[in-house]
Amino acid sequence: MTALLSFEKVTLRRGGRLLFEELDLALGPGEALHVSGRNGSGKSSLIRLAAGLLHAERGRVERSALALADDKLALDRELPLKRALRFWSRPVDSAMDALGIAYLAEVPVRLLSSGQAKRAALARVASSGAPLWLLDEPLNGLDSDGAERLAALVKSHLSSGGATLIASHQPLAGECRQLALGQ
Amino acid sequence: MIGALIARDLRRAFTGAAWLPMAFFLLVAALMPFAIGPDARLLSAIGPGALWIAALTAALLPIERLVEPDRADGVLDQLALHAMAEENIAAAKIAAHWLTFAPLLLIAAVPASALLAMDGPALGRTELALAVGTPGLAALAVAIAAVTAGLPRAGSLAGLLLLPLAVPLLIFGAANALLLEAAVSLLLTAGAPFVAGAAIRAART
Repeated sequence: MTALLSFEKVTLRRGGRLLFEELDLALGPGEALHVSGRNGSGKSSLIRLAAGLLHAERGRVERSALALADDKLALDRELPLKRALRFWSRPVDSAMDALGIAYLAEVPVRLLSSGQAKRAALARVASSGAPLWLLDEPLNGLDSDGAERLAALVKSHLSSGGATLIASHQPLAGECRQLALGQ
Repeated sequence: MIGALIARDLRRAFTGAAWLPMAFFLLVAALMPFAIGPDARLLSAIGPGALWIAALTAALLPIERLVEPDRADGVLDQLALHAMAEENIAAAKIAAHWLTFAPLLLIAAVPASALLAMDGPALGRTELALAVGTPGLAALAVAIAAVTAGLPRAGSLAGLLLLPLAVPLLIFGAANALLLEAAVSLLLTAGAPFVAGAAIRAART
């Protein structure tokens, strides 16, 4: 089994502060990892490191093709939602359906509520076709229906051989390995 | 992905802010007769230089929308995750910016030359020099937009950075030294993607 994401003795320091040291981590197909920890413990930094947007001070990170949803929407605000999503990937209908935002297809992105915007960011990830999903605080702004839809989406992604790394300070539904930072 | 990014930037510019620099360019050109006086001979003598100054100041206006909104909204991050090198992102942004900036500027130069009592041949020479110089100016604008993205008061800082660096373009352009203008423009266009790409990477937090 080849890992979709692996950390080998990774040390990350941000702004002079050591966030984690010699961290080993491997995420294979069908696996989900829930990164928890208090505010400022480095959850988002770990996600950005996994995405290749930050570089480790020491150690090695290897990753497959991935998709990231963090607190930045990355969708053109003046466009209708469906067109904005289609900039990143072509078939977006099933992902929009899965997150319950198909009815927003013609609504400009700037008019979405924060929960709808979160669903849109998750739809961007779900439609990417990437085997590795990195989700940074995916439950922020989601209502209970949104959280259920996300759990179902992650479950089907895992069963089709994908992997998911979720950073969240909230408990998650479903089978997940746990990694607690800042202890 | 490069083509899609260029098309997206073109759409965003033409549905909004692309017209602003042109209006500003015309306004600066229109100020000249008020400041210098209506002497046609004097106006036509300073006309080409005045158009270049108007073009340079107009080039400052779009800087804040070139890179910063995409950085703040995570678009640059997502492009990187789609395996697009930061240099390619910058090159696409330069191409899109030049395509929105230069054609409108060249069109606006026609009424502006009339305001400055320039004759046909003088207008032709200035249009040619502007056409040769604008790729360099657009590349410089994108590089400086990337360097200042995310900084406080980025707009003012960008002006302080761009105007001195654009002086060679201004000198050779206003003097109609086309080969030297082309050389400077080429140098800026070739170098800017690397500067802007490094700046985009360095701005990641």
